[in-house]
Amino acid sequence: MKLLVAYLVGLIFGVGISMSGMANPAKVLNFFDLAGSWDPSLAFVMGGAVVVTFFGYRWVLSRSKPLYEISFALPTRSDIDLKLVSGSLIFGIGWGLAGFCPGGALPVLGTGNRTVMLFVAALISGIYLTRKLEGVIADRVTRAT
Amino acid sequence: MTTEFTPLASLLGGSLIGVSAVLLMLSLGRIMGATGILAGAIFPHSRQDWSWRIAVLVGMFSGPWLYRLLSGSAPVISVPVSSLMIILGGFVVGIGVTLGSGCTSGHGVCGLARLSQRSIVAVLVFMISTIFTVFVTRHLLGMGA
Repeated sequence: MKLLVAYLVGLIFGVGISMSGMANPAKVLNFFDLAGSWDPSLAFVMGGAVVVTFFGYRWVLSRSKPLYEISFALPTRSDIDLKLVSGSLIFGIGWGLAGFCPGGALPVLGTGNRTVMLFVAALISGIYLTRKLEGVIADRVTRAT
Repeated sequence: MTTEFTPLASLLGGSLIGVSAVLLMLSLGRIMGATGILAGAIFPHSRQDWSWRIAVLVGMFSGPWLYRLLSGSAPVISVPVSSLMIILGGFVVGIGVTLGSGCTSGHGVCGLARLSQRSIVAVLVFMISTIFTVFVTRHLLGMGA
């Protein structure tokens, strides 16, 4: 049951991404091209998603626990650190170069689109390398202290 | 290249993304972040924490097909940049989302809906960074518009 619901979550997300235009780099890049061929559609994607999630979360999080787990796994950190800011800055550069973000690209993998395969392969390499380097740096810090 | 302004489809698609986020929180108590789900699927902590991520991903892959079935046409995916930019962008996105702990779906949808301060900062930073990047590539360097 748990896996069926998880599949359904992905399916609804994938339909939403397909319908919204988030899977279309031309549209995504135009949203950010304020000085050129601006297409404000993506503001409606974000607006719809945030409003639905805001009210949905208020209802869901007022429950004592989720349906199939013993507790909610919510992020607990609240500090604004350099990693968060620099990471988001770097993410924006990549998003602006390619026009795909991870959520926009993943559903399109299902169609066998070559460009998206390239993007996701590069994305995974970036994630892998960063995790590796983070591990090395964390080890050094632990040894030094 | 101009793209058609699609407020209704984008609002509806965005709302579906919101529904999927709410359903995941309701069922498994998890944040619907594409980056987190992908990274956890490829670099799993435990088998227990792995299967639901795969189920979500498989659901995502079926999304464009269900969309095609419902709407009668495949989602438009037009890529105005070179393959080199796609690979470079994907790699840079991978670094950014790992350092910044999230992307458009995790910070931009779920984080904003929770009014998380970290997410609000992350979204502001990556939005500005993406606008800046698109401005530089399209209008200063004159690449693929």
